[in-house]
Amino acid sequence: MRLQALTLALLAASPGLAEDKPVLTVYAGDYVTSEWGPGPKIEEGFEAFCNCDLKFVTGDVLPRILMEGEGTEADIVFGLNTDVTARARASGLFAPHGQDTSDMSLPIEWTDEIFLPYNWGETAFIYDETRLENPPASFAELLDAPDDLKIVIQDPRASISGLALLLWVKEVYGDQAPEAWAKLAPKVLTVTKGWSESYGMFTDGEADMVLSYTTSPAYHIAAEEDLTKKAAIFPEGHYFMTELAAQLRTTDQPELAQAFMDWILTPDFQKVIPLANWSMPAKLPQADWPQVMRDLPRPEKTLFYTEDEAEALRQPALDEWLRAFSQ
Amino acid sequence: MLDLENLHVTRGNFTLQANLSLPAGSRAAVIGPSGSGKSTLLAMIAGFLHPDQGRVRWNGEDITNTAPGKRPVSVLFQDQNLFPHLSAAQNVGLGLRPDLRLNHAQKARVGQVLAHVGLEGMENRKPANLSGGQQSRVALARVLLRARPILLLDEPFAALGPALKVEMLRLLDQFTTENNTTVLMVTHDPDDARAFTPSTILIEHGAAHPPVPTEPLLDNPPPGLRAYLG
Amino acid sequence: MAAGIFAIRRDWGGGAVAAALAALILGTLAAVAWQARGLSGLGPWDWRAVWFTLWQAMLSASLSALLAIPVARALARRRFPGRALLVTLLGAPFILPVIVAIMGLISVFGRNGVLNDAFRAFGLPEITIYGWQGVILAHVFFNLPLSVRLILQGWQSIPSERFRLAASLDFAPADIARHLERPMLRAVLPGVWLAVFLVCLTSFAVALTLGGGPRATTVELAIYQAFRFDFDLGRAAMLGLIQIALCLAAMSLARWIAIPAAFGAGLDQPDQLTGPRGWRRITDTLAITLAAVFLLWPMLAVTMRGLPRIPALPADVWDAALRSVVMALISAALAITLSLVLALSVARSKSRLIEAAGMLPLVASPLVLGTGLFILLRGTLAPQSLALPVTIAINAIMALPFGLRALIPAARDLRADYGRLADSLDMQGLARLRLLTLPRLARPIGFAGGLAAALAMGDLGVITLFPSDQPTLPLKLYQLMNSYRMADASACAVLLMAISFALFWLFDRGGRLA
Repeated sequence: MRLQALTLALLAASPGLAEDKPVLTVYAGDYVTSEWGPGPKIEEGFEAFCNCDLKFVTGDVLPRILMEGEGTEADIVFGLNTDVTARARASGLFAPHGQDTSDMSLPIEWTDEIFLPYNWGETAFIYDETRLENPPASFAELLDAPDDLKIVIQDPRASISGLALLLWVKEVYGDQAPEAWAKLAPKVLTVTKGWSESYGMFTDGEADMVLSYTTSPAYHIAAEEDLTKKAAIFPEGHYFMTELAAQLRTTDQPELAQAFMDWILTPDFQKVIPLANWSMPAKLPQADWPQVMRDLPRPEKTLFYTEDEAEALRQPALDEWLRAFSQ
Repeated sequence: MLDLENLHVTRGNFTLQANLSLPAGSRAAVIGPSGSGKSTLLAMIAGFLHPDQGRVRWNGEDITNTAPGKRPVSVLFQDQNLFPHLSAAQNVGLGLRPDLRLNHAQKARVGQVLAHVGLEGMENRKPANLSGGQQSRVALARVLLRARPILLLDEPFAALGPALKVEMLRLLDQFTTENNTTVLMVTHDPDDARAFTPSTILIEHGAAHPPVPTEPLLDNPPPGLRAYLG
Repeated sequence: MAAGIFAIRRDWGGGAVAAALAALILGTLAAVAWQARGLSGLGPWDWRAVWFTLWQAMLSASLSALLAIPVARALARRRFPGRALLVTLLGAPFILPVIVAIMGLISVFGRNGVLNDAFRAFGLPEITIYGWQGVILAHVFFNLPLSVRLILQGWQSIPSERFRLAASLDFAPADIARHLERPMLRAVLPGVWLAVFLVCLTSFAVALTLGGGPRATTVELAIYQAFRFDFDLGRAAMLGLIQIALCLAAMSLARWIAIPAAFGAGLDQPDQLTGPRGWRRITDTLAITLAAVFLLWPMLAVTMRGLPRIPALPADVWDAALRSVVMALISAALAITLSLVLALSVARSKSRLIEAAGMLPLVASPLVLGTGLFILLRGTLAPQSLALPVTIAINAIMALPFGLRALIPAARDLRADYGRLADSLDMQGLARLRLLTLPRLARPIGFAGGLAAALAMGDLGVITLFPSDQPTLPLKLYQLMNSYRMADASACAVLLMAISFALFWLFDRGGRLA
């Protein structure tokens, strides 16, 4: 039976067989729709009141939208990062979200009228306290640590967290960034394509520290009751990362799309984020956060470049990074 | 009547021309030094090699552009006359239908022919499990079954012992006489030619000469052939 | 004249497939360039990537081919219990999904790996897998099996009659090497070297994970960066073009050195030869053992870790597995059909062009291919309905070159040995396919199909470009990792490895038994 259905689906692969409900098409990153990601709960929550069929379509979101242009079937994009908003905005494909963003639970001010954050966190190096007894207490200490302290990072050209590290170093060290990279490079065991490969190497004990997020320990605490994974909190500050949603100007379901955007900042949606997305909710009173998120150590300082600054710094910062790693 | 009209083929330094006729039902040996073009001549008649010029006719019909399998020709090669993955019966059955979809009568005929060449009960053996002589018989059985009017023999019995070879030639003699088959046989052995082929086509200096009676030719060979025969 | 027309008519199948392949690969490149309104220039980092790519591919190919010779020779001339199983097992790394293979290599050669643990225990200095040496190590790990298989096939294509003849002439091993083995190697090695070189030319994830940093950037990685970081399609197309130019240059080189061996066919008698005695028995044993340890240990390490968690895997992992299997089977069927048509055509016409077209997918960037197809097809069909069919088709195409490496020589031999006999018996079309081609080529067909199925099973690249709500198993593996579920991910990796392997085994075994 199942095989038959599958074969049918393979041959036809036609979306919405015999569905007469309107379909809201949401382009999202790969991880969103897995049963451990936030996708299923979001789908269920929205379909509970929209009288529609929410359809997640996963893949590389922005490159696809840019290629499809106005002909895109997407009504919503879900999971853009701030590093690409400049290019996304320039395409002129998106419409304002129409939400009040004055009262968010973000560590920074949010005034963007197109892209709406639904979660956030900061970059951080994660370590295992049973394996690393004296973790660096600051970025400066990390740079000065002996070279046998091994860290894994992600490639800024392939990974959003890798790019965030570039901007993090740039914001902390400014013109001294090349020197900082020169000190860090010998400690970098390897550079991986994506976050997941790095994190896997860290949990396997290959590396002492991994470039990840301040919220990463929450997963280990909540899902594995493992209290040994910690984020090293640096007084120099941590770089802000957020994931964004936006609606397409060309949507054929404007009411549904707007309803979805209206729903994102409601507690109903936001309560899903911490334990499915393993990140901070964008708009939720602290009292409603799960205990594990409330207990996480918080950086004193959050660093962030505006879209234009980040866009301008991207290439020069990358060249500095490349130079440091090609010595 | 098999007519080779002004056949001409060039491959690099090698050239061969032939302009000769062979009456239906006649048998000719093809004799000449190594590399003179004996197999080439047979390949042109069989259709494996297209001549640069000239025509091949059978009973007046031009078969120069006919595909090998559609020609009135059967071939026995020096080796690889059998498909190793097919049984003796299947190898023979190919002579009836190239797709091997044989009906009962056809299967029965395959069995009869195999029995005729002395291979009763060996229908299901693969070539690897047959002796060299038995393999030759399977190939011969297929030739018998196809019963094409022209038979080309490219030294098929070179590897057989004298007794086996005599036995094979006897079977062939009987069959080709009954069917009035036209035979061309490449051979290195003058005794085979004397015993089996009344006429001989001599190939030397890039040309296949018209058939002449075998006995006088071998008794009194021209200098080139004399050197070759030793 | 007429014969010429005749030949062309018979060869239209191979020509058509080759032309379609070339059109697809060059057409998608053109589509990407067109979308970008032209090609962009390359920066210094791109050129460094080109040089590194060439350098590592040459080194990887040379090492893989050289190391494969003693292993293939030992396997060819020794008979021992479990040999067939070992030959199949040794083929495994090549079809391992990259991510699984890297997990395994790290658990053996990594900082925390078994090898370094042992070194530490004996007070020896540690080795590091990260850096160019890691890239080479991984490439040899992936490609040694392919090289061994192809060279072993070369050995098996020497009829055992020749070895018996050699034995009867009291040939010493050196004489056998000179008269039988070296001519075969001269015919086979350029193709093996080229195949590995081309595989390494487009290497992506290996260089990125084990390369240690930007020093080990490959062209394919630069293409990915052009897409991801800059959305610079012009640069991506330019890099794709360079990759293809490198390929064509390499192939013309191989054409220059390749001298086909003219071996006759044997009569399928089971091998009875025995290898030389004395010290060669020891070196053969050593070669087989070392290769087996090097190739199997990493996979064993992955298995040990992931196996216990398999029963706990969530249901949709199994759905994804089933979907992937169906896709892999269709890909394999497609790959077999296409490569058979190409191989038979190459064998008939000796056309270098058709052979070159068959090798093109090796150097085509899957990213450029996928993006180009996407651009070309977006107006016609809904992208969602394209994801799976396009993935199936691209996987079949990407597997073609490997199948062809095995099929073309076999098809040539088949034609040389039985072509005339079949022609004279008027075996044509389907009858010839059923009674001659399929049974005689069953082994390479099984090998080609197995490779295609396994590679399709483990492929992640193409499907991520297309929107899909039907994840494949490799995608599921990444989803698990992205959700911090590293233990489940390693179980999923074992499942992925097991299925890839089972698919390959079924096809390969089927081919051997047929």
